[in-house]
Amino acid sequence: MTYIPKSEADVSEAVKSATAPIKIVGGGTRSARHLEGDLLSLAGVTGIVDYEPGALTMVARTGTPLSEIEATLAAENQRLAFEPLGMASILGTSGTSTIGGVFATNASGSRRIQAGAARDFLLGVRFVDGSGTIVKNGGRVMKNVTGYDLVKLMAGSWGTLGIMTEVSFKVLPISESSATICIEITDPKAAITAMTASLNTPYDVTGAAFDPTAGCVYVRIEGFEKSVAYRSGALRDLLSTFGDVSVVDNDAGSVIWQKMQTLAPMQNIDGDLWRVSVKPTDGAKLIAMIQPKSYLMDWSGGLVWLRVPRGTDVRAAMIDIEGHAMCLIGDAPQFHAQANGVDALARMIRAKFDPNAILNQGLMG
Amino acid sequence: MEMPIPSDFRIARKSEVMSRLRSVLPEECVIDDPMETRAYECDALSAYRCQPLGVVLPYTTEQVAAAIRVCHEMDIPVVPRGAGTSLAGGSLPTADSVILGVARMNEVLETDYENRVIRVQTGRTNLSVTGAVETDGFFYAPDPSSQLACAIAGNIAMNSGGAHCLKYGVTSNNLLGVRLVTMQGDILDIGGAYLDPAGLDLLGVICGSEGQLGVVTEASLRIIHKPEGALPILLGFDSNEVAGACVSDIIRAGVLPVAIEFMDRPCIRATEDFAKAGYPDCEALLIIEVEGSPLEIEEQLEKIMSIAACHNPVAVRRANDANEAARIWLGRKSAFGAMGQINDYMCLDGTIPVSKLPYVLRRIGEMSREFGLDVGNVFHAGDGNMHPLILYNANEPGQLELCEQFGAEILKLCVEVGGCLTGEHGVGIEKRDLMDHQFAPNDLEAQMAIKDVFDPKWLLNPAKVFPLHASANRRDQG
Repeated sequence: MTYIPKSEADVSEAVKSATAPIKIVGGGTRSARHLEGDLLSLAGVTGIVDYEPGALTMVARTGTPLSEIEATLAAENQRLAFEPLGMASILGTSGTSTIGGVFATNASGSRRIQAGAARDFLLGVRFVDGSGTIVKNGGRVMKNVTGYDLVKLMAGSWGTLGIMTEVSFKVLPISESSATICIEITDPKAAITAMTASLNTPYDVTGAAFDPTAGCVYVRIEGFEKSVAYRSGALRDLLSTFGDVSVVDNDAGSVIWQKMQTLAPMQNIDGDLWRVSVKPTDGAKLIAMIQPKSYLMDWSGGLVWLRVPRGTDVRAAMIDIEGHAMCLIGDAPQFHAQANGVDALARMIRAKFDPNAILNQGLMG
Repeated sequence: MEMPIPSDFRIARKSEVMSRLRSVLPEECVIDDPMETRAYECDALSAYRCQPLGVVLPYTTEQVAAAIRVCHEMDIPVVPRGAGTSLAGGSLPTADSVILGVARMNEVLETDYENRVIRVQTGRTNLSVTGAVETDGFFYAPDPSSQLACAIAGNIAMNSGGAHCLKYGVTSNNLLGVRLVTMQGDILDIGGAYLDPAGLDLLGVICGSEGQLGVVTEASLRIIHKPEGALPILLGFDSNEVAGACVSDIIRAGVLPVAIEFMDRPCIRATEDFAKAGYPDCEALLIIEVEGSPLEIEEQLEKIMSIAACHNPVAVRRANDANEAARIWLGRKSAFGAMGQINDYMCLDGTIPVSKLPYVLRRIGEMSREFGLDVGNVFHAGDGNMHPLILYNANEPGQLELCEQFGAEILKLCVEVGGCLTGEHGVGIEKRDLMDHQFAPNDLEAQMAIKDVFDPKWLLNPAKVFPLHASANRRDQG
């Protein structure tokens, strides 16, 4: 059975009438995993409800295509500052990415290192919990500490606490100009040293990534034209001690960063796909431990994407490395087991929000 | 403000509670002499006071856990306290509760510049976090105006903001990990120096939970390299509407100042009388601060001035050096003190969509006449976080109540126009009974379900955040 609700009320009805587990799908681009249960697609719960460019806020129903959100923002010279990842090509999924899926998976891209994660931009949610009850939390203003912040809890909960029907979020202006400094480096440790040096300056770096397939560290600067010229010059001088340096402008730079958001350099390599979140300086240690077939680093080394031979247990290699590994393609559970006390809290919260255990069962443990 | 009736049974057990606390803590960590516990009878919402059963001031996380376990076993409510600067009554005790203060835990545990994170004990003050890293060129961004005194513990409890969060975000956006002691006395590490959660974002819901989910004893905070410099510009306008429109145009133009502060005429006058900052005599005034190298500051200020020119400002004053910058900030920074010179005041904290600013200011003016109480507005305009200051005379019977009624009407108005009751101060006891205006019963149930998970007996700071009637059944089980 497949549910295709047209409204929040329909979603609530569907959950109340459910006799089997429900697997929730926005556009279906962000997970290649098979879950048991009846499909509930949010493709019919669409539309931008409110957009105030002068307040930097937008409210949209969760089934709204990401492309529609981005086009509407671009028309006002604004954007989603956390730079959502595009997972369709790397996961081999088809469909249209939705704004709900972006927030449900906290799909933050390169700008997370400076601007913040998807969860940092999410201001309010409406959702239907596992009993069919409609709940709202947060709002559409940037500063709000009224009651508990369930907004953050819903972000990245992968549909296990409720089916989000509406999200409100903060947006930011598109920068007038940008520059990307490319430093030729092949060693991951040296790459992290260079990225760290770039971030520990007053130059407000908005991206620090390493693509070993290109043998390049990329450092991005954004802002007004004169400011970008000044800062990219200063960084060019600073970073030239780490390798040969070149600076590319807006257009060439956006191609580089677009590739990072879609993991394009890892596209044609087979094997399991892992996403590992570590203390940035531990990125190189992780690579040394795992010896992957291919990898990419973002967030100055704090986010590492790995392609490894089928069945590789990435978590087993992380004994001395603080952080967690998510398995996106492979047979291992998707989520990293947590310490007992923390896991117990998460389980109890899920049991409160989804008492009949019907939402995206088996995904988060 | 109503508080629950304290339990006689708990009060009668005071000596037993204190002796059991003394058995697990060093002698100097337990205070129950009423002369000494008086210092803990209120926080910065000083209109409300109550003596607790006693106060514990541990040195370590393990001592916090030991003290909490005693209280948990004996069903004694625990009210966590940082530096006691809450404006919402967040650390106001009840007569049957024990105050658990983290003020003695103020060490820096680890400074990691390579990963841009500092780990501190949460009794450390906000400003001294920056103090620990500023000689190396770094700072901790959230800057509540009480930053000299307020503790990181309270910042995390209330998800504190500040003038500069327009660019850098609030506490939640700068918090990477915590060590949390639950009401059962379990010590949990959540998050760390890595940049996103392993599973559910528990850190996200702990931050801003007003000390109701656990006691945070250590925190990993994001630190950022300082910009090369910062300078403000002051703009005066002859109406609130025009000033509001100017803010909106600046934001739309892609300028992202670190702060946009707004003062209305009553507030400008009061601060002029008090601080003599040389502010123009106008209806509305904006202070906008930008950061960067001298060249970058110049570029941004030029853009701001050209946008402002379209709104016919009655005054434009840009700072050219640190001295002139300090003059511009002088009035804003002394605004609360200036209002306090005139009379007692109550500081509100609602947030509204920026576009509703002129309407809300007009309505506040009308209500001010209806209630017969003066009000000045000074607030963070970039993000719509308002701070109306209502003047009243605490010594005149009935004035506090009248002031509270007026305040409640303003906050309801904030919710009505699409905003919220509190932007950065927290709910505490102050806004607790207005929560019904912002949330439906289901919305509050979902939040209370989180507390049920962390603190099933509802012993941690129980009479806060949720309307008393909504939480009554849960609180009464103890």
